[in-house]
Amino acid sequence: MSEPLIRAHHLVKKFGDFTAVDGIDVEVQPGEAFGFLGPNGAGKSSTMRMISCVSKPTDGTLRIFGLDPVTDGPKIRARIGVVPQLDTLDTELSVQENLWIYGRFFDLSRAECRRRTTELLDFAQLTERAESVVDDLSGGMKRRLSIARSLINEPSLLLLDEPTTGLDPQARHVLWDRLYRLKQQGVTLVLTTHYMDEAEQLCDRLVVMDQGRIVAEGSPRSLIEQYATREVLELRFAAGTNDQFADQLHGLGSRQEALPDRVLVYADDGEAALQEVHQRGMRPESALVRRASLEDVFLLLTGRTLAD
Amino acid sequence: MAALATPGAFRVTGWYLTAFRRLWKMNLLSSFVQPMLYLLGLGVGVGSLVDRNTGSTSTLGGVSYVAYVVPGLLVTTAMSLGAMESMWPIMGNLKWQRGYHGIAVTPLEARDIVLGHATWIAFRSAVAGAAVAIALALFPDTRSWGLIPAVAVAALVGVAFATPIMAISVNSEYDGAFAGIQRFYIIPLFLFGGAFYPLSQLPTVVQWMAKIPPLWHGVVVARGFTTGHVAWWATLGHLTYVSIWIAAGAIVATRRLRRKLYP
Repeated sequence: MSEPLIRAHHLVKKFGDFTAVDGIDVEVQPGEAFGFLGPNGAGKSSTMRMISCVSKPTDGTLRIFGLDPVTDGPKIRARIGVVPQLDTLDTELSVQENLWIYGRFFDLSRAECRRRTTELLDFAQLTERAESVVDDLSGGMKRRLSIARSLINEPSLLLLDEPTTGLDPQARHVLWDRLYRLKQQGVTLVLTTHYMDEAEQLCDRLVVMDQGRIVAEGSPRSLIEQYATREVLELRFAAGTNDQFADQLHGLGSRQEALPDRVLVYADDGEAALQEVHQRGMRPESALVRRASLEDVFLLLTGRTLAD
Repeated sequence: MAALATPGAFRVTGWYLTAFRRLWKMNLLSSFVQPMLYLLGLGVGVGSLVDRNTGSTSTLGGVSYVAYVVPGLLVTTAMSLGAMESMWPIMGNLKWQRGYHGIAVTPLEARDIVLGHATWIAFRSAVAGAAVAIALALFPDTRSWGLIPAVAVAALVGVAFATPIMAISVNSEYDGAFAGIQRFYIIPLFLFGGAFYPLSQLPTVVQWMAKIPPLWHGVVVARGFTTGHVAWWATLGHLTYVSIWIAAGAIVATRRLRRKLYP
């Protein structure tokens, strides 16, 4: 196997007394799409900022392209693309000016900046908006511009921190499509997200983080197979009675989980479980059988939902 | 192999320039109109009063009041420009638009940002000063080759206000500090910094206080150039002092910015 692009061993980040990242081990191989999945405050962004060479690890070792971010930050940053959680675009400048200027930070010649800008505008589907001031763009367009800008140095590793947070569903799908194309071109993607559908769509492999630690690792499919059942039965009872019914559901499927708004029954055959519910004389207000998702993995691992 | 790399600071200055291209007409106009208004008000209004007053020309070193005030105007213009451009814009690049955070993930570093900002201020001050100097060159009373080095001195003073104020702005959580800088540093210096009348007119304590910031040193040197009485050793001393302000400000600003951008 080739040398990993990212190698973190016992990586720790503390802010005063607070431990944001609590000794994680991660390896990302070239060409992979790798995700950090977890709720807000799990330590994903702190990890990402260490990998982007803007935040110094408190403890442990971190190597990117085999280099140490603390001593070789500029060298590493010359070869990576970073899409931060908050856009850092020049809102008063035009779309293409943003790209030109960013290219100049990497010391590309003006001619090269222009050439790549033309390509990237096309890639980000912003060619028609090249001369628009960034302020006038929609959220999804700004995000695409941020991604285009991060690609100006033709990085082999692209880091995306919560790339689609705050975007409407359609804008998210457009963005996923663009990221999928990058992946096909061989760019290594590393992203953080608290959307399980995003992780399922984009990631070959991911780690689930909770309270600064990695609680599970694998492909989306293998994580679901390992931690969840094939199907999930979602039951809704009259408001405030979920707990009371949870007792009656005892022994159904392999596990039951009472949430504030619904009860989940983990079972390989959801329909059979639902029949059993009816046989036991319960009348839920609604019942739904679905496939298990990463959300369930997270819930089963931590006892909490990703939205918590 | 690739051509020689552009120094990081100049890449940052290039960014400022691109942003400025959209606004330069407005900016140039205001940084030109304001000193011209002062020149008319003080030079012509106050000047006619001063010049009529017998004995005043000896206090002013044997020149007319307008000629006396000109270098003061050039240098104070650079001072306000260097100060203003190093307050809200710095905070905006850290907190609002976050441009510096965008630079932080490129190969550039905090040092490049600070030096790029300083270069930018030098350029802005020089352009603003040159605009005023060109207007002054139209009148026989203020026309002098000394205007050219005076503009350069003004640019240096602009930077000597920019880097220390940048060091403060980088660490400021709120923009409240900026009103304080204006009221207790820039405006008092404008009035009591030796730009519009000799410091010798003020109480000794005030004179000493006025000599601590870089303004007075720049004004003295610029005035030497425009009036044609250059004391070379003193000039060297004043310029060294102004440079120390620049360097000290740049060092502190770089250290603080590095801590902000790379926690």
